[in-house]
Amino acid sequence: MAWTRDQMAARAARELKDGFYVNLGIGIPTLVSNFIPEGMKVILQSENGMLGMGPFPYEGDEDADLINAGKQTITELPTTSYFSSADSFAMIRGGHIDLSILGAMQVAENGDLANWMIPGKMVKGMGGAMDLVAGVKKVVVVMDHIAKAKDGSIEKKLLHRCNLPLTGSHVVDMVITDLGVFAIDKHGKGGMRLIELAEGVGLDEIAARTEAAYTVAPDLAG
Amino acid sequence: MNKVHSDARSALAGILKDGMTIMSGGFGLCGIPESLILAIRDSGVTNLTVISNNAGVDGVGLGVLLETKQIRKMISSYVGENKLFAQQFLSGELQLEFNPQGTLAERIRAGGAGIPAFFTKTGVGTIIAEGKEVREFNGENYVMETGLVADVSLVHAWKADTEGNLVYRKTARNFNPMMATAGKVTVAEVEHIFNAGEIDPDHIHTPGIFVKRIVHAPTGPKHIEQRTTRKRTSAAAATGGEV
Repeated sequence: MAWTRDQMAARAARELKDGFYVNLGIGIPTLVSNFIPEGMKVILQSENGMLGMGPFPYEGDEDADLINAGKQTITELPTTSYFSSADSFAMIRGGHIDLSILGAMQVAENGDLANWMIPGKMVKGMGGAMDLVAGVKKVVVVMDHIAKAKDGSIEKKLLHRCNLPLTGSHVVDMVITDLGVFAIDKHGKGGMRLIELAEGVGLDEIAARTEAAYTVAPDLAG
Repeated sequence: MNKVHSDARSALAGILKDGMTIMSGGFGLCGIPESLILAIRDSGVTNLTVISNNAGVDGVGLGVLLETKQIRKMISSYVGENKLFAQQFLSGELQLEFNPQGTLAERIRAGGAGIPAFFTKTGVGTIIAEGKEVREFNGENYVMETGLVADVSLVHAWKADTEGNLVYRKTARNFNPMMATAGKVTVAEVEHIFNAGEIDPDHIHTPGIFVKRIVHAPTGPKHIEQRTTRKRTSAAAATGGEV
């Protein structure tokens, strides 16, 4: 059985550490905030200019001046601070954010990431994604292992080399899919390594759905 | 010199011309200079280059200047909320330059601070770096990006005093402070105007030297793009507390 979206988010939440400053992308990464362990202090950054992002407001308490990077209404906390976009990206580019969790279209075995543009389709823009992957200390991708098209065909997303335009080169440290978890030695020569399997998923299934070259952690190779 | 103007139209009088470059603050529809954008529309000035993180939505914010085809080129990081934008871009009527959001913010900050260019690791190895100088510092590659300035910057602030000192509110700050520094003429629309001395000098975000003109623009209901809420009964459970 492959992991659900919530299970993938819960697995990503295991990368959090007490005191971390974290930026969460849109989609499954947003769900990670539901799995922050009790008693652990994690401060969420929103790149439009806020540290200490609170939960959604109660109905009727929405404030148009208080939104996250997905333009959703949110709330502040006793830990909150506000700042300009320049200060926000000084935090991001300057390496002050500990962890970024984001989605992807493709990831390559060398840590290359593509998640902003499909040539020939209307391009919405990269927003802050290129800055986040270039500057944040640790980058974790959460995505489905393969893409299923409407006609039923599948496309692999873990590749030797991305064929979509890159968001960043040698930037991804970890990929969590619905089938398992890979670690990537993005600056060294260690390549990509399968370190966990979702319950009930076998090595054969991973192999059939992965183009990238990877090694298998000894405890999985059994 | 009196910086305070009675309405948005008079605040823009004499500084608009066809083909000019305008910076417009805001993130999504949060902290946008909405009344000044409407005055730009009414002025009929055209062939504009607009530097703004987003392009509004259909019918709101910069979306109104797309409807009137007054914009020739946008420099932005994300324009996904605007159908008219897509149509005009695909038909070739509208040019578009994408900048990574942090690079855009820093280009504006640099422009306002008199810094013509800087190096950043954002975009190295991507199409953003194509045609730009890449240089190695301490064993890592960085791409050169240039500073941005504008003929006119339009910003939205919460409070101003008659000196042009500005205070922003919550996440409506975003790009406004940098854009205020990078316009040859910066015009601020503000929700509340105070006499000089009534805002604590320690609380000022943008010093008045950057702001040439101010207009009081008490906003109607502000726009919310994604109204997300939680039920009062499920308070903390839904989010795990420190979120």
